[in-house]
Amino acid sequence: MMDEGLRRELSRQGIFTTTLEGLYNWGRKNSIWPLQFGLACCAIEMIAASMARFDLARFGAEVFRPSPRQADLMIVAGTVTKKMAPQVVRLYNQMPEPKYVIAMGACAISGGPFKQGYNVLKGIDRYIPVDVHIPGCPPRPEALLHAFMTLQKRIDQQRLTGPSSPRHLKESEPSEFPIPAFGAHDLTPGKNPALWSPPKIIRGS
Amino acid sequence: MEPLEQLIARINSTFPGSEVSLMPNDAPSSQTSLLVSRKDGRRVAEFFKSDSLLRMDFLSNLTGVDWPDTVTKQKIKTKRNVDGVEKEIEETVETRKPGFLEVVYHLYSMELQHGPLIFRMRTENRVDGVHLPSLTPVWRGAELQEREVFDLYGVRFEGHPDLRRLLMWETFEDHPMRKDYVEPDDYEFEPTAHDEVLTKAKAYDSCAVALRT
Repeated sequence: MMDEGLRRELSRQGIFTTTLEGLYNWGRKNSIWPLQFGLACCAIEMIAASMARFDLARFGAEVFRPSPRQADLMIVAGTVTKKMAPQVVRLYNQMPEPKYVIAMGACAISGGPFKQGYNVLKGIDRYIPVDVHIPGCPPRPEALLHAFMTLQKRIDQQRLTGPSSPRHLKESEPSEFPIPAFGAHDLTPGKNPALWSPPKIIRGS
Repeated sequence: MEPLEQLIARINSTFPGSEVSLMPNDAPSSQTSLLVSRKDGRRVAEFFKSDSLLRMDFLSNLTGVDWPDTVTKQKIKTKRNVDGVEKEIEETVETRKPGFLEVVYHLYSMELQHGPLIFRMRTENRVDGVHLPSLTPVWRGAELQEREVFDLYGVRFEGHPDLRRLLMWETFEDHPMRKDYVEPDDYEFEPTAHDEVLTKAKAYDSCAVALRT
């Protein structure tokens, strides 16, 4: 690593120095292309965020891609029904690495108001790794922008080498996740145990 | 629209031997409806649509109701001879009423600007006699709604052109809107569970403790 004082001195002389890692992450974080799909009312807020008033283009993310092969980010915007869940996981699997997921809204992070229902998945994080969760029903476009900035910060902090490098740079880590099958009573399996386990609840006796 | 009693009389005169009765409603809306038997369902529906006084050309809504088996206990005092002494003995008599599935239809007339005319049909039981005549040939709008009732309640509509599940997947076996539906055990209990959810959560907790130890 370059000494911070030397770097400042060089920049005073009109010489810009950076690291490969810094340049690589700077490029990636400012060109996150989301996958264009919406599942429920949250999608309306996502559309609003991409339009002129909130202008997602300021973050380099205005290019919503209609194909998962060209997308870097999946915004799970809305209620994921059990019937839709396998398709969402399949779309995620089809995205090239590095890929990120924002779970937008109460439904996508937990099932929301439909949590106790028979047909809604209780959070997409049961099947795919979620980077940023946004609560709200639906979250305002500002919340989505905040999630975007959080994701940008996380990408900026990713190390290219070493043990703290992200999932997509590790050979041993999976890039695709098992797609749940339609069972007789529920999706099988009901969750991916490698990704999600039920929270431990400490109940007052 | 004419009073329902008069309508029943007209149906009976058009189709002698048909079983149509009045179902009063005690609710504030007091929307009285007709109970039409399964065998007459199709022709009565066609009568509602074609009759010049009714002209029910719009099936606004079609929905299912699940009536599970009911057991009513009644205590009856009887006098009996026990060892030569007459004693009064209390006996509980159980009467079991088999359940059934019901489908409610709301009809309106666009042409004559009246409605709703509400009628119901009931299946024989909830297990194997779950057949009702399909009204899709009469009102095309019934197609998806009958598929939904089939999906969620398990009513089989005979004569439906394409009776498949609508909301759940093809290999799904249950009917989620039935009262005895048991949902899959994939709860994530909130810390402030109460009532039924709390008993369920506690059972889950003890289960988890047993697994841990």
